Amino acid sequence: MTKYSGNGRASPVLATLTVIVVLFMLTPMVLSVMAGIVNNYSQGIASGFTTRWLIQVWSQYGTTVHWSILLAFCCATGNILIGVPCAYALARSRSRWARLFEELLILPVAVPGLATGLALIMAYGTWRDFRQSFWFILVGHMIFTLPFMVRTVAAAFQRPELSALEEAARSLGASFYQRFLGVLIPAVFPAIIAGSLMVFTLSIGEFNLTWMLHTPLTRTLPVGLADSYASMRIEVGSAYTLVFFLIVLPLLSLLQFAAKFIQKKYET
Amino acid sequence: MKLEQVAVKIIDCAKTFADGTRALSNTNLRIEPGEVMALLGPSGCGKTTLLRLIAGLEKMDQGGKIIFGDLDVTAQPVENRHVGMVFQHYALFPQMTVLRNIEYGPRVRGLSEQHRKKIVCDLIDLVRLNGLEHKLPNELSGGQRQRVALARAVAAQPRVLLLDEPLTALDAKLKILVRDELAELLRRLNITAIHVTHDQQEAMAIADRLAVMREGKIIQIGDAESLYRSPQHAFVARFLGSVNEFKRTAAHTQTGVLRIGSLDLNVHPSLGTEVLIRPEDVLVQTPEHSGAHGIVQTRSFMGDRIHLRIAMEEGLMVTADVPSNCHLKLHDSVSVLFKAERFMSGSETS
Repeated sequence: MTKYSGNGRASPVLATLTVIVVLFMLTPMVLSVMAGIVNNYSQGIASGFTTRWLIQVWSQYGTTVHWSILLAFCCATGNILIGVPCAYALARSRSRWARLFEELLILPVAVPGLATGLALIMAYGTWRDFRQSFWFILVGHMIFTLPFMVRTVAAAFQRPELSALEEAARSLGASFYQRFLGVLIPAVFPAIIAGSLMVFTLSIGEFNLTWMLHTPLTRTLPVGLADSYASMRIEVGSAYTLVFFLIVLPLLSLLQFAAKFIQKKYET
Repeated sequence: MKLEQVAVKIIDCAKTFADGTRALSNTNLRIEPGEVMALLGPSGCGKTTLLRLIAGLEKMDQGGKIIFGDLDVTAQPVENRHVGMVFQHYALFPQMTVLRNIEYGPRVRGLSEQHRKKIVCDLIDLVRLNGLEHKLPNELSGGQRQRVALARAVAAQPRVLLLDEPLTALDAKLKILVRDELAELLRRLNITAIHVTHDQQEAMAIADRLAVMREGKIIQIGDAESLYRSPQHAFVARFLGSVNEFKRTAAHTQTGVLRIGSLDLNVHPSLGTEVLIRPEDVLVQTPEHSGAHGIVQTRSFMGDRIHLRIAMEEGLMVTADVPSNCHLKLHDSVSVLFKAERFMSGSETS
């Protein structure tokens, strides 16, 4: 056994410091959750517990939860369809343009979402039906999250074992589609899962860009949250946060668990 | 399993990489039908490049030709060449079972289910993978993976089998076992095969003939024994086994004499000023016998033999392999003789 401190016991100074940091981070969460379930935040727990804020949030903003989750799924699916072939092309191309494109691909992450949103509105805002639908927000989310999918999967395609697998399939007579779908995709499957999870998570929480792109009829959970903070009692906003915790966190943990399971199964 | 037997002809093949490096100089080679040819050489000698040109995985320079039997495959992509390849780290499809891996070639080539089943069953028997059909590659040992890789390559009924350092991924002890197995399997399959390796023991154990390569060129082709006993280049002599090296004066060279200590040996003038002899061709005896005088400096027991380093007069060192029942000890005085007919030329002519 390796001992990290001299006598093998935890230092009391470090233990105290850890407790302080943990408390500092936990307090806002506890307060926020508490604010959503008490009658009156300014009076605290003494005002008694209630579920009426939660009910109010659900009736007023329930649809934003459902749209957010649907949007995140569509975003992940869309980016698998676009991002995986793109990652393959980038990984196999040796041209300078491919390297340049790879660099440019990261731009939507660095550029403020507001700017991306504005550019999208300027370019496509006049297509009314598109502008007012969730497709418009989906496009924004896909642009923003695409690099995460492409980079993750391209790194997997670039591994030397993958080149060897592809050459093996070719030598056995497999056509491009046979080896791409039958050999390469399954071999990078764990990376696709990891990329999808990242895309899903980013899409669920995305605010900047969505705030620019949304209409009163196309609101996602973070946009709704901002709206409730700005226009409602603090208790409603806090109850909304609680809804986020209760619905999205279990979903994310479930996906995380499924991804771990799949990755373990497909590990090479 | 019946496999086609074709000759492989490599005519004027060369490879220059985009950055101008010449990986392979103009190369000509003929491999007879059913023959196992080893491409042997140190890393960077061009052996893998040559293999990849034959496979069609690399584009060669203008003017070269590769012919399988009567068929010019130069313009064919790897998919249409009907080669079977065994890769250095096997490149088994990780998500497919042993069965699916072996079946892959026949399946993508559109063979009927019945036909596929027959091929796969025959091969599983041949490479003794019975009972492991439904395992994934990562559940197999190194030796088993190697056999799956071979079976998969053969299942597509290739015209030529290409083996790229097939034993490198195995540990030393397993390597010898798998090596002998592989040699036997290749004999039974009776297929034209090209085997790339940097390990001379492996090449000698598996191949019918060896092509020794250096710096993008084939420098000598022959069977293991002729290359080992009568190499035409000092490089071949040194690469295939250990050697003792001696220099002699121009005068001695002309008269065909090699002087080692007090011993004058008859060594033909044509061998040049530098001559080589293998450690097993050095005879070491107790000092009352005739011979050059020396003292045992190191003694390594190797199991099947004892490896001695002997200090001769004038600071000369000689290594000798003697039978393992030899009684000589460290610092013993010894008398050393040489099998004069076994001397080889040590001059670098290429």
